[in-house]
Amino acid sequence: MDLFEYQAKDLFRRAGIPVPDGKVASSPDAAQKVAAKLGGRVVVKAQVQVGGRGKAGGIKLADTPTQAKEVASQIIGMDIKGHKVRRVLVERAGDIKAEFYASFLLDRTAKAFLGMVSAKGGVDIEEVAATDPEAIARVHVSPLTGIQPYHIRRLLYDGAIPKEAHKGASFLIEKLYDFFVASDASLVEVNPLVLTGDGNVVALDGKVSLDDNASYRQPSYAKLAGEIPLPKQEKIAKEKGLNYVKLDGTIGIIGNGAGLTMSTLDVVSQAGGSPANFLDIGGGANAETMAAGIDLIFSDRKVKSLFVNIFGGITRCDLVAKGILGALDQLPNLKAPIVVRLDGTNATEGRKILSDAARPNINMAPTMLEAAAKAVALTKRGRK
Amino acid sequence: MSILLDDGTRVLVQGITGSEGTFHTKRNLAYGTKVVAGVTPGKGGQKWEDQVPVFDTVQDAVDDTGANASLIFVPAKFAADAILEATDAGIGLVVCITEGIPALDMARVYPYVRAKGATLIGPNCPGLISPGKANMGIIPGEITGPGPIGLVSRSGTLTYQVMYEMFTRGVGQSTCIGIGGDPIVGSNFIDVLGRFAHDPETQAVVVIGEIGGDEEERAASFVKENLDKPVVAYVAGFTAPEGKRMGHAGAIVSGSKGTAQAKAEAFEAMGIRVGRNPTEVAELAIASIR
Repeated sequence: MDLFEYQAKDLFRRAGIPVPDGKVASSPDAAQKVAAKLGGRVVVKAQVQVGGRGKAGGIKLADTPTQAKEVASQIIGMDIKGHKVRRVLVERAGDIKAEFYASFLLDRTAKAFLGMVSAKGGVDIEEVAATDPEAIARVHVSPLTGIQPYHIRRLLYDGAIPKEAHKGASFLIEKLYDFFVASDASLVEVNPLVLTGDGNVVALDGKVSLDDNASYRQPSYAKLAGEIPLPKQEKIAKEKGLNYVKLDGTIGIIGNGAGLTMSTLDVVSQAGGSPANFLDIGGGANAETMAAGIDLIFSDRKVKSLFVNIFGGITRCDLVAKGILGALDQLPNLKAPIVVRLDGTNATEGRKILSDAARPNINMAPTMLEAAAKAVALTKRGRK
Repeated sequence: MSILLDDGTRVLVQGITGSEGTFHTKRNLAYGTKVVAGVTPGKGGQKWEDQVPVFDTVQDAVDDTGANASLIFVPAKFAADAILEATDAGIGLVVCITEGIPALDMARVYPYVRAKGATLIGPNCPGLISPGKANMGIIPGEITGPGPIGLVSRSGTLTYQVMYEMFTRGVGQSTCIGIGGDPIVGSNFIDVLGRFAHDPETQAVVVIGEIGGDEEERAASFVKENLDKPVVAYVAGFTAPEGKRMGHAGAIVSGSKGTAQAKAEAFEAMGIRVGRNPTEVAELAIASIR
C-alpha cells in the first residue's frame, strides 16, 4: 500500500520525525481555515500518487488565507497525469537553506535494509544515481542488529551532508529507521529533507510504502487504506477478495495463480488480442467466486469476450466447470462468448461437464495457445 | 540423482493437523515421500490419520524420528517462528509453503537461517518435487515424471503448466523447485542453479521468472559463468501494466526496470534462449537435450 504525502507526514509526526506544521484539506474552504490557523505564508500541495506535480502546477504558495483558498480551488479537481486531485496539504512555508535526500528500504537482492542519503536532494534522484552515483551514500543495515551510530555517520559523511546539518539529520535518520521498522514499511523516502534557515532538519516530503502482509499487526493500516481511492471495479474486487487489475482491452481474463494469469495476458496479446483485465482466482474456484469474477469482468462495458484459463493443480477442473455453469445461471443475460481451457487435475471430468451442458456461448479449447487464438477470433467477430 | 530431495529424505510437517497440512501431507505420502513426523503444539502424543506421530516441538520430533527436512503449513503470523524452530532443531532443508508472511519477518529470518547453514525454500512457494522419488509441498505429482530436466521457478501454476507441457511430450524432470515470489525468499535462482550445475542427472535447466526485482538478471550472469549445460528461460508479464511506483529508491538499488522485456533481454544477452510462451519454453528445453 502506497500512502499519500499527508498520510506519510501524519505518521512521521507521530513517530517524532520533524515535519512542517500543516493539515490536509479536501475543499478550498477547509484549506483557508488551515492557512488561517497556521498563519503567515503557506504552501498548498496537491495530494496525488504521481511524480512531477510541481511542474504540473500542483504546488503553489499563498501569502494569505484568502489566497490559500484561491489556489486550493485551482488545484483541487486538477488532473495530474491521469490522477484526479481530491485533497491538498496546506503547510507552513519555511525558508530552505539546503535540500538533501534520505531513504530506507528493503533491498531484496542483499536481503537486508538499505539506507541511502545524499546532499543532492530536491531533484530527480534517479538522475543523480545515473549521472553521479558517488553522490549517494548507501549503507546496508542488518535486520538482526538494527541501525548503529556508525551506519548514520557513514550515511552523513559519504552523502556529503554539510556539518551544520549533522545533528538534525542524524536525529531524523535514526527516527526514520525506527519508523521504517515499527510500521512494517517496505520503503520510506524523504526528498527533499531540508535544512531550514534556523538550523533545523525537516522532512519536506514523504513517500511511504507499507507491507500489506503486516496488516494483521498494524491496526492503522485499515484506516489509511480507506482513504486511498480505487477504481470502481478494483474496489468491488477487493470486497469480494479477488485479485483483479483493470486494463484497457476487450478480452476478459480469468486464470489461477498470478504467474499463469500473467502468462495468459501475454499469450492473448501475442495472438493479436488486448486483455481487459488481470484476474487471478487463486485456488478457490467455486461457483460464487466464478460468478463474482465473471460479473466483475463484464461490468466493464468494453469487454466483448472472456477467456478462462485454468491449470488444475490443487484446483480441481470439475469444480471450476461447475463454477462456470453456476456463474452463468446467476447471470442469465450474459451472451458474450466464453473460451474455456482446462488442464491438469480432473480436466477430463471438467471438460465433460461443460460439453454436456451444451451452453451456446461456451467454447472449449484443448491448449492455452489455441484457446487464446479462439478468444481473439471470437472477439473480432463479435465486434463486427 | 536429484537435488535437495530424494527417497531418503525424512520429512516432518509443521502444522500437520491443520486442513492444508492434512490435505497435502496425504498427497505427499501417497506419492511415496517419507513423512516421519508431524508437529502441532498441544497435540504431541497423537497419531495423525493413525499413521504419523505428532510432537509438540520440532526438537522432540527430530530426536525421536531422525527427521532431516521440514515442510511448513502454519498460518503466516506463526511462520517465522516455525522456520526458526526448524532451523534451531538442526533441520537442513526447510520448505515453507505459507503465503502472506510480513517481509520484515523474512528479513530477520533469512540471515539467521543462512548463518546456521540450513537451506530454506520459500515462503509463498509450491515446494519441490523430485519426480519418482519424493514430493514436498503442493505440486501435483501426476503432471510430471522422472527425467533429465531441472526446473526452477518463482511461480506456482505457471510452473505446473511448463512441467505438464514437457510431460505430455514424454520428457520428465530431475527436480522441480518453486522458490516463491515474495521479496525475500530463502533460496534464489542462483542457489538452485548452483545445485543443478553439479547434478549429473540434470542435463538441462528451465528457469521461469516473473516481473519485479533483478533475480532474473543475476541468474543470467550466473548461468553464463557457472553452468556448462543448456538453460532456457521464460518470463511472464510482458503485458502487465507498470505498477504504481512510489519513490525512486527501488530503481536506484537494482538498476533494473524489473520488466519482463528487460529480463528476457538479460537472458538473451547471456546466450540463454527465451520461450515466448509456456509451450515454446517446454519445446526449447526438450530440443536442448536432443
